[in-house]
Amino acid sequence: MSNEHTQAHASEHTGFPWKHVIGLVLSLILTFAALWCVTSFAFSPALIVTVIVILAVVQAFVQLFMFMHITEGSKVWQITAIGFGAFIAFCVVAGTLWIMLFAL
Amino acid sequence: MAAVTNHNNKPYEPLEYSTEEGSLRIFGFWLFLAADMVLFACLFATYLMYIHHTAGGPSSKELFEVKDFMIETVDLLVSSFTCGLATLEMRRGNKKATIAWLIVTLILGLVFIGFEVKEFTGMVQEGATLQTSAFLTSFFILVGTHGCHVSIGILWMLCIIAQLATRGINAQTARKVFIIGLYWHFLDVIWIFLFTAVYLTGLVL
Amino acid sequence: MENIKHFLGNFFVTGEPMIYMADVAIVLVSLGIIFVLTYFKKWKWLWKEWLTTVDAKKIGIMYIIAALLMLFRGGVDALLMRTQLALPNLHFLDSQHYNEIFTTHGTIMILFMAMPFIIGLFNIAVPLQIGARDVAFPFLNAVSFWLFFAGAMLFNLSFVIGGSPDAGWTSYTPLAGKELDPGVGENYYLLGLQIAGIGTLATGVNFFTTIIKMRAPGMSLMKMPMFTWSVLVTSVIIMFAFPVLTVALAMLTIDRLFDAHFFTVAAGGQPMQWANLFWIWGHPEVYIVILPAFGVFSEVIATFSRKKLFGYHAMVFSMVAISVLGFITWVHHFFTMGAGPGVNSFFSLSTMLIAIPTGVKVFNWLFTLNKGKIQFTTAMLWALAFIPNFLIGGLTGVMLAVAPADYQYHNSYFLISHFHYVLIGGTVFAAFAGLTYWWPKMFGHILNERLGKWAFWVFMISFNVCFLPMYLVGLLGMTRRMYTYPAGLGWTSLNLIETIGAFGMGLGFIIMVYNIYWSARYGERDTTGDPWDGRTLEWATTSPAPEYNFAHIPTIQQVDDFYYMKKEGRQKEISKAPYKPIHMPNNSGVPIIMAVFFFIGGFGLVFEWIWMGILGGIGVLACMLYRSFETHDHHYIPVDEIERTEREAGRFS
Ligand code: HEM
Ligand SMILES: [Cu+2]
Repeated sequence: MSNEHTQAHASEHTGFPWKHVIGLVLSLILTFAALWCVTSFAFSPALIVTVIVILAVVQAFVQLFMFMHITEGSKVWQITAIGFGAFIAFCVVAGTLWIMLFAL
Repeated sequence: MAAVTNHNNKPYEPLEYSTEEGSLRIFGFWLFLAADMVLFACLFATYLMYIHHTAGGPSSKELFEVKDFMIETVDLLVSSFTCGLATLEMRRGNKKATIAWLIVTLILGLVFIGFEVKEFTGMVQEGATLQTSAFLTSFFILVGTHGCHVSIGILWMLCIIAQLATRGINAQTARKVFIIGLYWHFLDVIWIFLFTAVYLTGLVL
Repeated sequence: MENIKHFLGNFFVTGEPMIYMADVAIVLVSLGIIFVLTYFKKWKWLWKEWLTTVDAKKIGIMYIIAALLMLFRGGVDALLMRTQLALPNLHFLDSQHYNEIFTTHGTIMILFMAMPFIIGLFNIAVPLQIGARDVAFPFLNAVSFWLFFAGAMLFNLSFVIGGSPDAGWTSYTPLAGKELDPGVGENYYLLGLQIAGIGTLATGVNFFTTIIKMRAPGMSLMKMPMFTWSVLVTSVIIMFAFPVLTVALAMLTIDRLFDAHFFTVAAGGQPMQWANLFWIWGHPEVYIVILPAFGVFSEVIATFSRKKLFGYHAMVFSMVAISVLGFITWVHHFFTMGAGPGVNSFFSLSTMLIAIPTGVKVFNWLFTLNKGKIQFTTAMLWALAFIPNFLIGGLTGVMLAVAPADYQYHNSYFLISHFHYVLIGGTVFAAFAGLTYWWPKMFGHILNERLGKWAFWVFMISFNVCFLPMYLVGLLGMTRRMYTYPAGLGWTSLNLIETIGAFGMGLGFIIMVYNIYWSARYGERDTTGDPWDGRTLEWATTSPAPEYNFAHIPTIQQVDDFYYMKKEGRQKEISKAPYKPIHMPNNSGVPIIMAVFFFIGGFGLVFEWIWMGILGGIGVLACMLYRSFETHDHHYIPVDEIERTEREAGRFS
């Protein structure tokens, strides 16, 4: 058990925190890209919402991998837990909208 | 201090994982985050269901100010970055820098809460309250739940700063810094979805 | 003066002789307990050994004691209902009282009886089965228990202070909304469940971490005992289902306390959104109480067939499949809401799909029995009876899953019978089987088999007498939650038979309780630690297990390794000298104190005394703060103490 969480890299000990800076820049770009989509285009709402949701998901990955060290520790289980949580979250949101909006 | 002298790019074991207790708690915290995600999913689902249920009250288009929520967003993104730096400095064994970055994070958190309180009070003054419509009920509770999480994070961070200052960086405090970092980044992730599903979508739909 | 009188008149429940009797009984019992504890100078012992313990074995015992008490309360509720329904047009209970009783019966049975019972079994068996010293987070484990207990007490308090909830255990809006249900009853429901639910969520995280990270060396996932597997899968369901309950309860609380509009039609809310959220949690919840039951039966059947469990891999995969599918079937509880055909078909199908892995499991148990050397112990009898009884419940479940047909069955006694067959035939039988099976491990003596078998036969037969006719009476049109019915509909004799059965179950329960008393005094002591010739690690240590469980953590080579250890003489290694000091967590008073604050805050919110709610909240935060700054939270058991313990157990000389 004790050997599975030795995944962090010693490069963290020295030098400029490139990973973090890139993470920040990426999130800012993704955020403003989403805002830009909303304010500057006259596409159908469905399309715009789809695009900005995709941008949000990408940004969530940026946080998970650039900042949250999800690949350290018991990484397989951590990723599985977050992945399963995301699956349930999706079921709850999509299921609720499907069931409760009485659209179909 | 765990192998801080290791410079040859080999994997090393960070201090926060060095005890069994530390690695158990970090693992447990990941599970908590996964569960918390589902908690927010329910609030999101309810909010999205009620987006147009304004009962004659104000709608999202009338309420959301681009400038305000963009400031909140950038503020929180930067705080996530500074919190990441705190964890990094903790791993480098720099107590002072860790504390400094945590304090910066904490201040950014306070600024965020300040803006949110301003946003909420502004809405209430315009007559958009929790009791106005299903839309506003779900809006206030969804965004407010995130705000509560941030506020708890701020209190928690204060405790950790105090412990770092008095006890220095050891296996226990390192673990705490790492875990609050996870929590803080997670709240940023939730905010990204709030930003997308509530504020941006509110401008579109 | 008038004000005070008015306030007290509302505060305490008044009017019914039964309530006054209960008041008197509660006061007397409390005084009695206080007197006994003081007289025998047991306060300190209670505080040090039990109330502040973080030892999973003791926490498990406390869970089970609480669950048995709640089974009694819920059982009395059931008997009151059955008495009222024994004959047409009775006036034993009025309609309001009947509403309150089915509400408290259902809520207590599911959340304060079934849940703590199985969680108690988790605590008793899991750390031992995986060769761990305790759970991953012993302190949190104590917090979980005390939150459950605070929630249960808060909920039960409604009986004498303020008035009971009366909108059913499902608490559907708008019926449970403020407009149609003013008063504090529903607030008790919301806050009691909220507090207990938070504790349960923590239990899920705790056991998942324990099982993933703390198994004995060599015990890969596919070498775990089946009960542990079931707890692992259940923990996953708990972690992802309970947040939904938390949100749903919070929303309704906010609606009721702050006039918000999650579920009120007037301002755009949808009452059915409550049902939707409730069942997103509620359906996984039924798997939370049934999967560990499957786990218990797997252990019991393998042990008493003297055979390895048939189809280990299939068992595991079907549980995993059930856990995933269980999250996407929730609409079957409200097919009649009238969602589109697309929705109803999807959820009808997903529900039926679950029957497949469940069927796989049933066959695996049967094949385990096949050619086994079966020993008909009490635990085994419960397990054997489970198979046909659960089958009846399960098959009628598939009938209910057919959406168009459900328009006929929905909310009839057919449904009532269905879920009692799965809950009693599954969960309750498993609780009794597990209790009998692990009793020696908990207390060091064996429950009397003769009395146990009497209890089994009386309970099991009465159960069928009570609930089989309910299918018929349901098909004849009797709907659930009716407080009385007219004569001449062909329901009368069936109802009378049901009531007789219900009292039979009560008798079975009494025999069981008597058995506990009898066995504690005269029961056969378990000196070996392995009274059933068991196959899994909990039988490798003494009964009851020492605080540290195992002097040395065993190394595992295969499934049911303890069975092979015994054959090869390896089991002695576990207690062989020399010893090393063992790291253990300290006891702590914080969990119980924190739960008291939760109780205070919850009670305040029930009466909408916001200041009191805030007070409780501050207390809770203060406890967390204290805990955060605590550094000395563990100790080492020295070698000589281990030697002493092992010597007393006759395992070291
Ligand atoms: C002594 C055994 C029991 C008897 C005689 C019994 C009897 C009943 C009766 C008569 C009702 C009410 C039907 C109605 O008026 O709608 C009921 C409801 C219910 N029972 Fe039981 N029951 C027993 C044990 C249990 C157990 C062990 C559980 C759960 C583990 C349980 C869970 C429920 C639930 C959830 C309801 C629905 C309450 C509601 O309508 O809100 N019961 N039971
Ligand atoms: Cu269901």
